[in-house]
Amino acid sequence: MSRVVGQAIPHESALEHVTGAALYTDDLGVRLTNLLHAWPVQAPHAHALVTKLETAGALEVAGVVRVLTAADVPGENDTGPSRHDEPLFPTEVMFHGMWVAWVLADSEEAARLGAARVKVEYEALPAVVTLEDAIEQQSFHTEAGGISRGDAGAALETAPQRLSGEFFVGGQEHFYLETNAALAYLDESGGLFLQSSTQHPTETQEIVARVCDLDKHAVTVQCLRMGGGFGGKETQANVWACVAGLGALLTKRPVRVRLNRTLDMTFTGKRHPFLADFEVGFDATGKLEALRLELFSDGGWSLDLSDPVLWRAMFHSDNAYNIPHMSVIGTVCKTHKTSQTAYRGFGGPQGMLMIEEIISRVAQTLNLEPDAVRERNFYRDGDETHYGQPVKDAERIQRIWDELKVSSDYSSRREEIRSFNSSHAHTKRGLAITPVKFGISFTATFYNQAGALVLIYKDGSVLVNHGGTEMGQGLHTKILQIAAQTLGVPLTTVRLAPTRTDKVPNTSATAASSGTDLNGAAVRNACETLKARLSSVAAQRFGTAAADVVFEDGMIYPLGAPERAIDWKSVVMSAYLQRVQLFSDGFYRTPNIHWNKQKGKGDAFYYFAYGAAVSEVEVNTFTGEYHTRRVDILHDVGDSLSPLIDRGQIEGGFYQGMGWLTLEELVWNADGRLVTNGASTYKLPSLHELPPVFNVNFLTRAAQDGVVYGSKAVGEPPFMLAISVREALKDAIRSLGSRVVNLASPATPEAVFWAIEAQRETMQPLELELV
Amino acid sequence: MNTLELTINGSTVDASGIDPNTTLLNFVRSRGLTGSKEGCAEGECGACAVALLRPDVNGSRYEAVNACLCLVASLSGAEVLTIEGIGSSERPHPAQLALMQGGSQCGYCTPGFAVSLFCEYHRPERTSAINLEALCGNLCRCTGYRPIAEGALALGLPTASAFTARLEQPAPPMLGLEYAGNGRRLTRPSSLSDLFATLEADKDAKLIAGGTDVLCEVNIRHARYEHLVSIDAIPELQRLLWTDHALEIGAAVSISKLEATLGDHIPLLAELFPLYASRLIRNRATLGGNLVTASPIGDSSPVLLALGASVKLESAQGERTVPLEAFFTGFRKTALSAGEIVTAIVIPTPRATHQRFFKIAKRGRDDISTVSVAIALEVNGKLIEGAKLGLGGVAATPARALKTEAFLIGKRLEHRVMRDAGAILESEFTPLSDHRGSAAYRSAMLSQTLERFITELEVTA
Repeated sequence: MSRVVGQAIPHESALEHVTGAALYTDDLGVRLTNLLHAWPVQAPHAHALVTKLETAGALEVAGVVRVLTAADVPGENDTGPSRHDEPLFPTEVMFHGMWVAWVLADSEEAARLGAARVKVEYEALPAVVTLEDAIEQQSFHTEAGGISRGDAGAALETAPQRLSGEFFVGGQEHFYLETNAALAYLDESGGLFLQSSTQHPTETQEIVARVCDLDKHAVTVQCLRMGGGFGGKETQANVWACVAGLGALLTKRPVRVRLNRTLDMTFTGKRHPFLADFEVGFDATGKLEALRLELFSDGGWSLDLSDPVLWRAMFHSDNAYNIPHMSVIGTVCKTHKTSQTAYRGFGGPQGMLMIEEIISRVAQTLNLEPDAVRERNFYRDGDETHYGQPVKDAERIQRIWDELKVSSDYSSRREEIRSFNSSHAHTKRGLAITPVKFGISFTATFYNQAGALVLIYKDGSVLVNHGGTEMGQGLHTKILQIAAQTLGVPLTTVRLAPTRTDKVPNTSATAASSGTDLNGAAVRNACETLKARLSSVAAQRFGTAAADVVFEDGMIYPLGAPERAIDWKSVVMSAYLQRVQLFSDGFYRTPNIHWNKQKGKGDAFYYFAYGAAVSEVEVNTFTGEYHTRRVDILHDVGDSLSPLIDRGQIEGGFYQGMGWLTLEELVWNADGRLVTNGASTYKLPSLHELPPVFNVNFLTRAAQDGVVYGSKAVGEPPFMLAISVREALKDAIRSLGSRVVNLASPATPEAVFWAIEAQRETMQPLELELV
Repeated sequence: MNTLELTINGSTVDASGIDPNTTLLNFVRSRGLTGSKEGCAEGECGACAVALLRPDVNGSRYEAVNACLCLVASLSGAEVLTIEGIGSSERPHPAQLALMQGGSQCGYCTPGFAVSLFCEYHRPERTSAINLEALCGNLCRCTGYRPIAEGALALGLPTASAFTARLEQPAPPMLGLEYAGNGRRLTRPSSLSDLFATLEADKDAKLIAGGTDVLCEVNIRHARYEHLVSIDAIPELQRLLWTDHALEIGAAVSISKLEATLGDHIPLLAELFPLYASRLIRNRATLGGNLVTASPIGDSSPVLLALGASVKLESAQGERTVPLEAFFTGFRKTALSAGEIVTAIVIPTPRATHQRFFKIAKRGRDDISTVSVAIALEVNGKLIEGAKLGLGGVAATPARALKTEAFLIGKRLEHRVMRDAGAILESEFTPLSDHRGSAAYRSAMLSQTLERFITELEVTA
């Protein structure tokens, strides 16, 4: 039987992408007449009270129609997705550049001029800018919570060796190429209709309804596609939708909100910076015996998703390692910065980076090969995590490790590099292999549900609706493959409708790598219902049992008799004439997961995704500049639904992770202003950083039980494979001396340079001078 | 004259009435050509790339430029292709098809990549594979670039098409223009004398060449200029003159053109060009524009200082030549007086036997330098007879390292000397800390660079 799932097909919109025909939210405004454009009035303080707000000046500007302020809000003046702690129109400025009012005008130009004419007076207040200040001043969003097993304190006491330290990891700007955008208008039936670049249309709908004091059935949110999300539009698309929605409601005109890059970077939350304090106990072979880890995350001005992000960091501070006694606690700090939010990995990368940092310091302390120390600590079949969940498929960690070491030629390259380094004084190479184990499921258990609505028309064509959003990750491509596979029709028979809240209600965010697992299963469920109905119709024609009807490539035949095939369309038409329902909903909820936050115990995840990467770098010791020479990845995607898409997720995730750990540096100045607020100051990896050798393979014999077509979530896990680049840099630096390498994160050329300088102090003097 | 026309995707488009500050990106998008995207509005991401038809030795060539950094009015009469003009879903161009095997994920950056690739694909002098440097000014956040690079490298040479036929014909000439719209003006003089007359009449007029700096002011800081004067159509500013003792570069010659014309002729410049922003920027940016910003981190200044360049300044009152180090008078300040412009950069025929340029930045390409050091030494045997060091990122202006130079002259080119010179160089400047790097790192890079210079010299010797 020919399979549609598993075929390496291009992204379903690839042709539209390459020709510029693919439409994004802000491409739609030009099609509307009477459009209003919004521009914010921004506060020049990180923390201040708004003592006076005069809008009259703005209204004198030709083209300005209205200035939106708190007085205009019919519902609740709050957009907070978790806690109600995010006023849409604040009286207290909570970060530098925060909006305090929005100007609506006939053109963006007029709105921008109008915003400059709004008079605002402030009473400046002291601001908490750094994590250290927040800890010092006890400025917290949450009380400390955590996970523990065994007795880390006692085990540390008795451990043969101990190491303690602090480690800071910086945040990361999502830098989705499409900045936030929303477009709102009153539709033909009087409802409020929004086009929004959102990963969570249901929440956008809910919060617009909250602000506008409407029932949710009166608000419809559509997301055609996003130009990237990465978590940045999971909660943080809501404010702009509220401004547009409120504006449309009040003016009865379509309203467009689009943040330019400066506004987007100034307003929206980022990956959380984390500060860790740790103490680890281990034996002479590097086997970890106990770990005490305390995490502080920089949540920014409001809570947003910071609590589950912190928890995911704590869930992943074991990575692939069995640590018998472990205590991890964490606190979300409150600072006067953007409200940090979901970002690919959702805290997982920060937690995982901590344990990888710790384990490599242990290895360097013992003068052991880091890969050997890592391997020595792997989870094995039958092991449980520190939160008490059995590590399903733990053998895959070792299998991936062994296979990757062979395919990447790890051992002989280790030797080559050693010899290269001994003959090159100013160029040092480094090699590292690191594993990934990442838990799949929303830790908010109720989020693990999804719905679908599949329609078959009389001509046999199929229209699929589901609750997931497309942000480039290829969800829609996979859904099309799942629907076509399940119904046994060619891909061209199936079309996907844009994601809308009036087709599938109460959806979850497209996040946590779960888009395909959840929505794909719901679509499959709907398709199977329809197939069962059509099977009965066909079975009558064939005179066989319904269970013996085969659907394949748009043809339907009795099992074992393909020569009797009739075409899909004719069966659909027969079904219609027999008054058989040709549309169905579908539903899915992830089984067998439970999590008790109070006890810090439970099976929080449905399964784990595994992978490993080998990276090789070359460092210039004069400047700290470096490049990645080669990357080899072996990753577990289960049975790939769509290999081209999955490979793209692995490569893209890795590259983004590499950016986080190397180039990408967020800098806030002492006033709390984000200085790196544009593409000229915040650098993401370009094509130039592409490793000349970049091998990606999928783990074979890896079908995932209980997931749609044996597949596996792939959006986030590969991000953390990039830790291998950081570890390779440390390996290169280590070759210069005998110290435990202390490399800041991100490992910018400057950070690498200082780590090199520290090593040089321990280096044997080399006679370099030539006469 | 208040009419403004240009050719977009083969059709004449009337842009009359628009404000002269209007960018090409906003203009094409307002006309429904929404394939060009705004990703950054400062020429860093390439999502808005469009192809501009420019004159070439034989016929014409397509040059990829950031539409966010182009003024519609200064492109009056030009021929532009947006992504929609390159190919459609029904008839995609090979450069578009090349991106379909995983080269697009979210698709937002993809049109820009396709345009950059289209221009490189049709580059008249290309005889082998695509040069991936052409894509280094386009940012993608999703793919990790591997499928983009592979798709691009799989492209062959162009086969005959409407595009290749068009390239055999000349590009439309850039003519003089006097345009007014929304109460503001853009003048595009067609000669130097017209330019001076314009500047005489309006001392506040804003001069614009490639626009890669001015348009950032327009887009990010919302600058709106009452009177813009584009110097795109002045033949005198487009010249490259070799004399016996100097090279004279017209102030409005694009960096790309300079790069293509000079080749490896002046090693310091050859080392500079690939590090100078991106192809998308180099296609528009000019040396004159780079110098008049007087930015301490401008890419070309350290190199030109080390080359002993001077600038020709002209106004209606006359002409003078000023050594480059005297041209920079303070932080973002120059010696230009009102009504005066840089017409040319004069580089004496280099006598330096050893020329190196080191640009230290977070990212290896298309980044602003943290520190840059240009070194030009005249060495006879082992004796250093002449030394010029140009520096960026360590003072309020680009600067020469005069103390270090004085120390070097008369010494032998050897490790110990360069190490001592490094210490002097470090003490000669007191750089500041900012988001690109700490003062300590910048200082350290000064001595490290001289150490690196001599070490790499020894390796290649």
